[in-house]
Amino acid sequence: MANENKLWKVCKYLLLLVALFVVFFPIYSVLIGAFKTQVEYYQSGLRLPHNWFDFSNFRKVFKVGKLGLGFKNISIILVASIAGNVVLGTMVAYALGRFDFKLKKPIIGMYLVAQIIPMITTQVATFSVIKFIGAYNHMSAPILLYLGADVLQIVIYLQFVNNIPRDLDESAMIEGASLFRIYRSIIFPLLAPATATLIILKTISIYNDFYTPYLYMPSPKLRVVSTAIYSFVGPNAAQLNVISAGILVIFIPTVIIFLVLQRYIFAGVTSGAVK
Amino acid sequence: MFNLSYKAQRYLILFGFLTIPVVLSLMFSYYPAFSLLYYSFTDWTGLGWEMHWVGFANYKEVFTRPEIFSVFEHNAYYFVGGLIQTAVALFFAVILTGKLKGRNVFRAMLFLPYVLHSVAIVIMFKNVYHSEYGSLNLFLQSIGLGSWQQEWLGNPHLVNVSLAFISVWKFFGLSMVIFIGALQSIPADLYEAAKIDGASGWQAFRFITVPSIRSVIEMMMILTLTGALEAFDIPYIMMLGANGTDTFVSKTVDMAFKFQQAGLASAMAVVLLLIVMFFIFIQRKLLFRGGE
Repeated sequence: MANENKLWKVCKYLLLLVALFVVFFPIYSVLIGAFKTQVEYYQSGLRLPHNWFDFSNFRKVFKVGKLGLGFKNISIILVASIAGNVVLGTMVAYALGRFDFKLKKPIIGMYLVAQIIPMITTQVATFSVIKFIGAYNHMSAPILLYLGADVLQIVIYLQFVNNIPRDLDESAMIEGASLFRIYRSIIFPLLAPATATLIILKTISIYNDFYTPYLYMPSPKLRVVSTAIYSFVGPNAAQLNVISAGILVIFIPTVIIFLVLQRYIFAGVTSGAVK
Repeated sequence: MFNLSYKAQRYLILFGFLTIPVVLSLMFSYYPAFSLLYYSFTDWTGLGWEMHWVGFANYKEVFTRPEIFSVFEHNAYYFVGGLIQTAVALFFAVILTGKLKGRNVFRAMLFLPYVLHSVAIVIMFKNVYHSEYGSLNLFLQSIGLGSWQQEWLGNPHLVNVSLAFISVWKFFGLSMVIFIGALQSIPADLYEAAKIDGASGWQAFRFITVPSIRSVIEMMMILTLTGALEAFDIPYIMMLGANGTDTFVSKTVDMAFKFQQAGLASAMAVVLLLIVMFFIFIQRKLLFRGGE
């Protein structure tokens, strides 16, 4: 019995190592590729690069691929849409969590049903809305599309709002605070942990989004990171080493966010799933 | 608003706080969904605003043109990939919930692909799969399996498997972490009791673990299914739908924006929407039955 357990333990670690290999092998190959010259890339195979301090591939992908512009544009979009999204999301949660009114159920239902409409298939029609309001080929298009609260956000916020004791509201009312004041000084600050989780998840998903900027902002001046690397690869498909450098640079921001803020991310994906 | 009664404030708050979010949702979810339905009965090209009512002609086309419905075959690869992913994720979740040194490190490392940039991932795999200089073929060569080398993206029998694998690679960690969350919520004394009764590890898994996380497993299955039906960005970014890799959504997108047949594309989108809603409805039914 003890032997069998030991064997099982070894097996577990072996399987984990296999999984780690599968996860890290592709990442390893772009990591080494990013520091190789073109000739070296084609000749040295999987070996480590000669010179780990050769950043010429990185310089090239920033210059030709306009990654700098991509990072600048996506930052603007991120800040604007997430700030608006947090304000709107907390407001919805306060209104739905603290008051009873006739339209409450229909509004919650509206968010639930909207969830099952696959966004990607309705783009034909969303496209005409965006064109109609004049946001096409303008940064306001993705910002508007990211701004709305989604059902996951509402669910997480509502859980938090329900856990904030109503006594707090009531004592504030006795002291004469307005309802807006209660939202601003009690509810909004106490939602901070949920807000942190949601900001991180939203940041990752907006940063990763390809389709929205690709469809609504075709102008080269409005490239974000996703569309910049996409259009760099097309005409430069032969320069695998330079492309590797670009991939590596693009990976870095979310990897840092993940390493530092893991706890919030795990909390977010689990609470979203278990509902 | 400082001297208003609370009743008046209440109206102001409800109106002020909910109007914009509701308008956004109507404008970008509901209006598109309903206009999609309308467009699907027209011959709209997607360019101007001119369109003519054509009744069910588009739907007839969706169901009779063989090349439209047959692309679901390609979506099937993503579904099978998703099933394998769910099973393997559950297996590793069980391993990482038990006693194990460094389990948090393993969890974090296996989750990593999920946070990586999705376009960059696809391009990374383009390099990995490159038939001549790709690291996968080089690796096979270096461990003496040179005969296993393939044209991972060039071979039409293999390309969809290669693409579906990217999706598994990316989302495996997410499924695993969701399962770990669910497994941790199972009370430990259930397992203790089973152990005292002499249950084997497999029996404990079969009769305690699986029933306890049934709703999560069901949810993952439905996500796998809808995810496979909506598979789009991997084949689109990698191949632009070439070499028999187009999925239903990439076909829809092409139909709308490349071939200027927005009416037909709308009908395809409505069909997909109905299929997805059908499966979600089935799952809700199953869930309620399970809960009773």
